[in-house]
Amino acid sequence: MNAPLDLGANVVATAARHADDVDRKGRFPAEAIQALKDARFLSLSIPIEFGGGGASLSDVAEICTSLGQQCASTAMIFAMHQIKVSSLVAHGRGSAWHEEFMRRVCDEQLLLGSATTEGGVGGNMRNSICAFQRDGAIFRIAKEGALISYGAYSDAILVTARRASDSPPSDQQMAVLEKSQYELERTGSWDALGMRGTCSEGFTFSGQAPVEQIFTHDFAEIASQSMLATAHLLWSAVWFGVASDALARAQSFVRKDARRRPDGPAPGALRLAEAANKLQLMRVNIVEGLKRFARAQQNEDDLNSMNFAVAMNNVKIGSSQLSIEIINHALLIAGIAGYKNDTPFSVGRHMRDALSAQVMISNDRIFTNLSNLLLAQRIDQRLGD
Amino acid sequence: MLDTIRRLVDEQGRLSVTAATIGDDADLYATGLTSFAAVQLMLALEETFDVEFPDRMLNRRSFSSISAIAGCLHELKAEEAA
Repeated sequence: MNAPLDLGANVVATAARHADDVDRKGRFPAEAIQALKDARFLSLSIPIEFGGGGASLSDVAEICTSLGQQCASTAMIFAMHQIKVSSLVAHGRGSAWHEEFMRRVCDEQLLLGSATTEGGVGGNMRNSICAFQRDGAIFRIAKEGALISYGAYSDAILVTARRASDSPPSDQQMAVLEKSQYELERTGSWDALGMRGTCSEGFTFSGQAPVEQIFTHDFAEIASQSMLATAHLLWSAVWFGVASDALARAQSFVRKDARRRPDGPAPGALRLAEAANKLQLMRVNIVEGLKRFARAQQNEDDLNSMNFAVAMNNVKIGSSQLSIEIINHALLIAGIAGYKNDTPFSVGRHMRDALSAQVMISNDRIFTNLSNLLLAQRIDQRLGD
Repeated sequence: MLDTIRRLVDEQGRLSVTAATIGDDADLYATGLTSFAAVQLMLALEETFDVEFPDRMLNRRSFSSISAIAGCLHELKAEEAA
């Protein structure tokens, strides 16, 4: 399907125009997000029956990649928003409030943020300290030390908490709160190495809303059935965009160099070939992951299986590592022209943005979880399905 | 068998309550079972009952309650006998 891509040309051009300024100032990419809203891309993956674009995850991933080639911050904000939308679509059906909210996301192009971490849980989003405090038809929540990307610019935030104050930390639910229903007190800044436009500041989140805004499905289900896969796949699609643009820059450097050298290619040409191989591995990793997710969605047991969890975690590990390797190759190829920030071959911003990949959900944490799962799950020795 | 499962749930499950107070069909995840603890519990079940959980049983449902675990063990023991 090329329609979203055609529509996306303007969005991508807008993101490209402001990318350097967003990065330099560490500011929210307001122009590109407005362009996403104007193109009705914030509701791209909401089913047509609710007023959305009905696009597949592959289409959304394609746009993440296109944006990632120009402005990684915009691409990552778009990806994180779509991850929240995927939870609404997968787990909000059948709930009158959530279905109506999906219609409003379409009509008003609401930007959805996420408050799934908090101080004291060590970055493990499957544990909460705060709890939903129910009081008749409403609930209250107060979450401290939450890192909320573009929190100050979100129109609604999906927040996790323990089911009740006497529930264990892992027995979580998730609720949607609209901007008018919560307050954010900024407790931490976002002056970061890369992804500087995501404005992933620390906040104390406090709010109250009717209990019907809490998802009826447990957060454990939401995490494993929609968040895990869409996060790792869409993040990877963003990083693929960043890496592929860096490599395209390196290639133009090599071609320019080759035209000046009649006596054969420069040493960098070999690096280009090697990095192109890594880029193919990265693409195959993501595309296979998208197919694996589509297959799992047909079978709930598969979606909840360790095999699926291992596969999705591996997509993230692989693409985060490969993106950095590819960009480093691009830097080796272009040399000082790549290291400088003001040449057509600059890859400094690419590198800084991509370095976030290994720490947004730390790869070491994922490896620890994987090593536990692999005490049970057998190594898959099949080539095909 | 149910008593043994309860003992292993107490030892490995890291729940917020003791297994004796949990009904056979109660949701173990709601009492604090994590996917990490579920793997530790599975290893203890394999050791105690001398079985191996195949990949098809490695999903959330298999460890969702005492009776779900017992169901898996019965199925594995029946396959062994066949």
